[in-house]
Amino acid sequence: METVLARAGWWSAALLIAVLAAASAADSGYAVHMAIIAAAAGIGLWVTVSRADYGAIARGVIRTPADPGKYDDDPVRWGMIATMFWGMAGFLAGLFIALQLAYPVLNLEPYLNFGRVRPLHTSAVIFAFGGNALIATSFYVVQRTCRARLAFPGLARFVFWGYQLFIVLAATGYLMGVTQSKEYAEPEWYVDWWLTIVWVAYLAVFVGTIVKRSEPHIYVANWFYLAFILTVAMLHIVNNIDIPVSLLGSKSYPLWSGVQGALVQWWYGHNAVGFFLTAGFLAMMYYFVPKQAERPIYSYRLSIIHFWALIFLYIWAGPHHLHYTALPDWAQTLGMVFSVMLWMPSWGGMINGLMTLNGAWDKVRTDPIIRMMVMALAFYGMSTFEGPMMSVKSVNSLSHYTDWTIGHVHSGALGWNGLITFASVYYLVPRLWHRERLYSLRWVNWHFWLATLGIVFYAAAMWVAGITEGLMWREYGADGYLVNSFAEVVAAVHPMYVLRAFGGLLYLAGATIMTANVWLTILGRQRQEAPLRQAAYDATADRPLVASPAQ
Amino acid sequence: MASKSPVLDTHKKIERNVTLLGFLAFVVVAIGGIVEIAPLFWIDNTIEKVKGMRPYTPLEQAGRDIYVREGCYSCHSQMIRPFRDETERYGHYSLAAESMFDHPFQWGSKRTGPDLARVGGRYSDEWHVQHLKDPRSVVPESVMPKYGFLADTDLDTSDAKGHLTALGRVGVPYTKADLDKAEEDLKAQADPEANSADLLKRYPKAQARDFDGDPSRLTEMDALVAYLQVLGTMVDVNAAAAQEELAKETGR
Repeated sequence: METVLARAGWWSAALLIAVLAAASAADSGYAVHMAIIAAAAGIGLWVTVSRADYGAIARGVIRTPADPGKYDDDPVRWGMIATMFWGMAGFLAGLFIALQLAYPVLNLEPYLNFGRVRPLHTSAVIFAFGGNALIATSFYVVQRTCRARLAFPGLARFVFWGYQLFIVLAATGYLMGVTQSKEYAEPEWYVDWWLTIVWVAYLAVFVGTIVKRSEPHIYVANWFYLAFILTVAMLHIVNNIDIPVSLLGSKSYPLWSGVQGALVQWWYGHNAVGFFLTAGFLAMMYYFVPKQAERPIYSYRLSIIHFWALIFLYIWAGPHHLHYTALPDWAQTLGMVFSVMLWMPSWGGMINGLMTLNGAWDKVRTDPIIRMMVMALAFYGMSTFEGPMMSVKSVNSLSHYTDWTIGHVHSGALGWNGLITFASVYYLVPRLWHRERLYSLRWVNWHFWLATLGIVFYAAAMWVAGITEGLMWREYGADGYLVNSFAEVVAAVHPMYVLRAFGGLLYLAGATIMTANVWLTILGRQRQEAPLRQAAYDATADRPLVASPAQ
Repeated sequence: MASKSPVLDTHKKIERNVTLLGFLAFVVVAIGGIVEIAPLFWIDNTIEKVKGMRPYTPLEQAGRDIYVREGCYSCHSQMIRPFRDETERYGHYSLAAESMFDHPFQWGSKRTGPDLARVGGRYSDEWHVQHLKDPRSVVPESVMPKYGFLADTDLDTSDAKGHLTALGRVGVPYTKADLDKAEEDLKAQADPEANSADLLKRYPKAQARDFDGDPSRLTEMDALVAYLQVLGTMVDVNAAAAQEELAKETGR
């Protein structure tokens, strides 16, 4: 009872502070955010009190499973649902802004203008969809590979809900214009502080679980998760040192400006790719590919070499986002050289993943989940070749500022991050909800083809658009003048923008099928369907050969 | 595993000790950033000194805050690269010094619309207002959203000093007079009736006039247009003195 009182006291204090802050806010965005925080604290208070009074209400929702003989999977299950929810939200926002670029009449000022929805899309897919997938799978994987229950179960729940609050604050903020306009680091100062607290708690839960492990060795997936958590903490803190105008207002000014600001930002931005979207997802790959293929990882040595090489080299690659800008030449060149070197450890990861299928390649035909994993690794390999190529200064002089960059990002994000996450969710959901199998494997197959086709449309359209832009901008006529006005280039890429939106629609359609499939699996339903592969059987031929007399 | 490699044996120690693993991973990821970023703060030619750079006026800064709020960086860069086509299309390539007071920098990464680093003075105020209200009425091919609401929204002038003070804390050299007169300056710059002599003395080359076509109100449109009109105009890059200094640039 005392702990309930203490907790209720904390929630009430948080509620009170948030209400006061909302009441005396300097701007409406800050007021709305404090109201959201007050609502979150109110829900926390209600859950705390109601659980004490009527324990049955919260049983199974918030209660920590007491059975030490089972893994603590509640946060993982919530994480699966959050991954699917934010994924759909992020894909939908992406389709919406893709259509806005093709049909600008879809901009609804001020809240749904492209400039406000675009960061909503990027944050929803990277940090909400990807982040929830990473947190959930890391909690699942670290328990299995350490043969230990999660350390600090209460903190693990705080990480989950605290992270959702971060997402809600960030996303609503963009729509209200509460943003720092630093790519992938848009949230304002108080949201950054909140994420820092959540992230430290995440590190504590993760490392705490490794510390209490029963296995002597730390499995390779956990190296990647650990590097991802540590590095993201470092990047996030250094890139988000801000001075707020007022503690009761949302506006702040970043400490870094101009050239230094640009390099700190892209050191952050590129390693959000390198550690959030690569190291973290490689960790997923290192657990789920061997599990689904039922084969051990191809090479232990390769995993050591490519882990250390990858985390060392990635950090240097940031300046390739600033080629030919006012950033000093030496930094640009350094960034380019390391980006090209990065190709090797990246492919080390792809090879280690793909070769794990040695002896199980037939499953690519029969198991759509394996097929998804293989396609994810193929896209990983493709975009980690394309990236170093685009970081070469002469290529970059054409590709920078164009849609080629957008295409590159999406072949990595939709192909690698998306498909490996889908495959991991398909692997996890029947196991987490104790179902015999997924609702439908054939639907997974549909999802695979829709997603793959969607990416092909998307990437191809953006390649054509990007190279068109790059060439038209620099086109000179025989008279020595520029041939194209900027507006003519905008008009020229319109068909490509329509095709890109179509690709996005296919991808979203695949994800919708997945959501239904996951939902029905959780409900415990199973679709009656023919298996994906059956050996041929001919009943008429299934008899002994009897010699028949000659006519 | 029966490995004979001493490296692998060493690694076995690392992968049995989470403190060691975490520490080494952190050291390895810290190196690149330290080597690349830290020197930018002390190598002198990172930001070559040029004449003309000054902090933004309170109105220009308010316009910049709106630019940041609306996420304009999603589609507009503010960084002209030193290529013939870019300098012909947009003007002289951007200098590091020109964004030294930009918190945050807005160089951008994508040009769905054109670069804005030197858009100041290239179009009239009326063009900007019309274009922001309805981009396709002046550029039929444009895919830019409409920003008509800026002309209907009064600019928040309540904490002009607070904004400048915060900028001062991150290193923008506002004087005490700038801070004390922040709100006055903010209102005077867009008010044709006000006396702007003192403002223009402290902020050389600032333009004081009504920007949004409605002198009776101080709107967000005033602020944004004032910001757009100052972009790239502080440094006279084509002046002989500037050209001479640029010729000595060794950074690139």
